[in-house]
Amino acid sequence: MSELRVERRDIVIVGGGPAGLAAAIAAHEAGIRSLTVLEREAHAGGILRQCVHNGFGLHRFGEEMTGPEYAQRDIDRAAELGIDIRCDTTVLSVENNRRVTCVSPTEGLTVFEAGAVVLAMGCRERPRGALGTPGTRCAGIYTAGAAQKLINLESMMPGRRVVILGSGDIGLIMARRMTLQGAKVLACVELMPYSSGLNRNIVQCLEDFGIPLYLSHTVTDIQGRERLEGVTVAEVDANRRSIPGTEMHFDCDTLLLSVGLIPENELSKGAGVSLSNLTSGAVMDDSLQTSVPGIFACGNVLHVHDLVDFVSEESFRAGQMAAAYVRGELQPAEILPVKDGPGVRGAVPQQVRKGLKEDVRIMFRPDAVYRNASAVVVSGGKELARKRSLIFTPGEMAVITVKAAQLLQAEDEGLTVRIERKDA
Amino acid sequence: MTERVITCINCPMGCRVTVRLEGSEIVDVSGYTCKRGDTYARQECVEPLRMVTAVIPVEGSVCPLSVKTASPIPKAKIAEAMRALGDLRLTAPITAGTAVLKNVCGTGVDVIATRTV
Repeated sequence: MSELRVERRDIVIVGGGPAGLAAAIAAHEAGIRSLTVLEREAHAGGILRQCVHNGFGLHRFGEEMTGPEYAQRDIDRAAELGIDIRCDTTVLSVENNRRVTCVSPTEGLTVFEAGAVVLAMGCRERPRGALGTPGTRCAGIYTAGAAQKLINLESMMPGRRVVILGSGDIGLIMARRMTLQGAKVLACVELMPYSSGLNRNIVQCLEDFGIPLYLSHTVTDIQGRERLEGVTVAEVDANRRSIPGTEMHFDCDTLLLSVGLIPENELSKGAGVSLSNLTSGAVMDDSLQTSVPGIFACGNVLHVHDLVDFVSEESFRAGQMAAAYVRGELQPAEILPVKDGPGVRGAVPQQVRKGLKEDVRIMFRPDAVYRNASAVVVSGGKELARKRSLIFTPGEMAVITVKAAQLLQAEDEGLTVRIERKDA
Repeated sequence: MTERVITCINCPMGCRVTVRLEGSEIVDVSGYTCKRGDTYARQECVEPLRMVTAVIPVEGSVCPLSVKTASPIPKAKIAEAMRALGDLRLTAPITAGTAVLKNVCGTGVDVIATRTV
């Protein structure tokens, strides 16, 4: 047996999607040259490679791009800087001493001893098993992203007559893609009384093609022996229980699931990183550092974003902060907790370093739809920031900035983010 | 007099904008919160436009070519444009940015590759 290869790096980045690429570019621009990105797939770019629709890059580049075009900008920039990206390389473990073990067909097993690690593994889709839908276990049931990969990367059509469960953006995008590529999409079925997808996608992916959206409905039965033959859809009550007598039957050979995304944190757990129950991502401070010193996280592995533009923005910061850590410029500090108040779920960062002399952006998801409301950050009795909006919805990440001068006035008990209705 | 209700797509508000038409002439627009809703609803009633993206099989590549219209085309032309793209016979290599179909369905808009295969 050959000796285990051990290499030293200032920074190792796990994942070569938009988060990992942005972190790598920022770290390089901050002067780090000993830097490696580890990517499981054969190409960098992550999920953007299969997102061939447009709508990316409006915030970051001021133009509307497709996923592959957005990814290529970062891939080109990384190549220009000479950043080492190792594709076909699967990370097996990350340890709390920042040892990263990976394997690839060409290099075999390699251990990196890193000064800092950036976790950028992204998220994965909630599968059928997580839903407990009764019925047979036939072929023809895919997550929306799996179908997207088959069509957009592998030139294969998963089916011809399609029902989509879940009306998140990926499900809506796939309703349009399957229709454009020649399938018949019979219905999009949503358990909640509202869609978590963008209005734009409801209009342009469903209404444009006359695809009905059934709100407060779910799939209650799946039929078929070898291949899916049909599904039963029923209305649900306020407790999300199906209402007898409301059943509808659809003859279909394909069921796509678009029922939520979960940050992919198996490696983070192995490293002993504390995770949040609310975001399913790492608990982190304003420098994007996790509970394990020198391990940073960014992008969808940290919390599921709506727009890649914000993933890139967050990840640039993670790269800069990892570079600062390697240079010894990021000292351990006392922290102020950031807590969820009424109306707020999963505010990040969960901690802010005490005495920080920078503006801090706090992101969160509202727990319901609020019209004519304000997001407010308070500490002690003091209001540190307020942002009015005509609408806050769970489908759109809200952002509020606390100015440096205001932040310095925070009490030791920390910050609380809450939503205030105008009439309250 | 006809009435059309358009859901504005510019932000999460999703205003339901009512457009009243006399024949093809817009006589009144109401229900929007900001100017963008007014503009969008008028455009939707006059000539709705959409970007079209697609994937096309390519000889010599497992990965299909992803393409987009260089700018939005009339919504009514989407199906025809997809048929025209389906008739293309492409062979790798193709570089991102190449026009694979010029002036798709007489719209004056080219269809261009969005990745290199």
